[in-house]
Amino acid sequence: MLAIIRPDGWNGPLLVHVGGAMALVGALVVVLALAAHGWRRGDDAAALARPTFRVLALGVLPAYVLMRAGAEWIASEEAVGDEAWVGIGYGVSEAGLLLILVATGLAWRTSRRAAGSPGRAVAVIAGVLLVAYLVAIWAMTAKPA
Amino acid sequence: MSLYEWLLFLHVLAAFLLVAGLAAYGALVLGAGGAAARRALAPPAMALWGAGGIGVLVLGVWLALQVDEYALWDPWIIAAIVLWLVASAAGGRLSSELREDRPGSTRLLLAVMALATFALLVDMVFKPGA
Repeated sequence: MLAIIRPDGWNGPLLVHVGGAMALVGALVVVLALAAHGWRRGDDAAALARPTFRVLALGVLPAYVLMRAGAEWIASEEAVGDEAWVGIGYGVSEAGLLLILVATGLAWRTSRRAAGSPGRAVAVIAGVLLVAYLVAIWAMTAKPA
Repeated sequence: MSLYEWLLFLHVLAAFLLVAGLAAYGALVLGAGGAAARRALAPPAMALWGAGGIGVLVLGVWLALQVDEYALWDPWIIAAIVLWLVASAAGGRLSSELREDRPGSTRLLLAVMALATFALLVDMVFKPGA
């Protein structure tokens, strides 16, 4: 019931955090759709390499920054301790950044070559990230002890 | 997990699906990639926007009925339903324009969907009048 009695001062940082997280997941779903399609249908792969990289660079990375900035802001307002759900959030966020950077690098390399597809590797990374973010969304809403 | 926690988790998850659908529509309307991008993005955009929209509404109403502090006639809940209707109407039109391949006002419809969805998020976080 914490959400119901949340102090007003937490609303701004929560909006930045949740808005960033939604944009992050949304952009990752787009990456997954483009990369998986390019992987399945090889004839579309070259046309999808550059859009895949652009969504990672201009969608996923800025959304990650917004999500993380909101998380730090709300953590400073809320003075959260070392509860399990906070640990899950930080763990997923930090490991996620590494995977996002790897996927962006792979997509960039393929888009520069103007041939081939980063499809398989990027699709797998995006899928893993989305499963991890599903766990994080559960942890943020259910707040397990 | 309590029923409240399940409902909240699924309601928030539906909101994430809705925004993922919006992001896919955005990449479709604003991005490059041509026919290949359309083949890759149109089916998930329609599915995510539809499933997320229905999930947000049904689970949101259920949540409002479940929690004593909320009532369906609270101003912020009425505002959310109005914004949902605006976003859904624009999404329905955008979907049919893309299906019939007549790019008339796709950018305007996308902007309406994005603004209504953002306003929904602001409404859900700040709960004006609650």
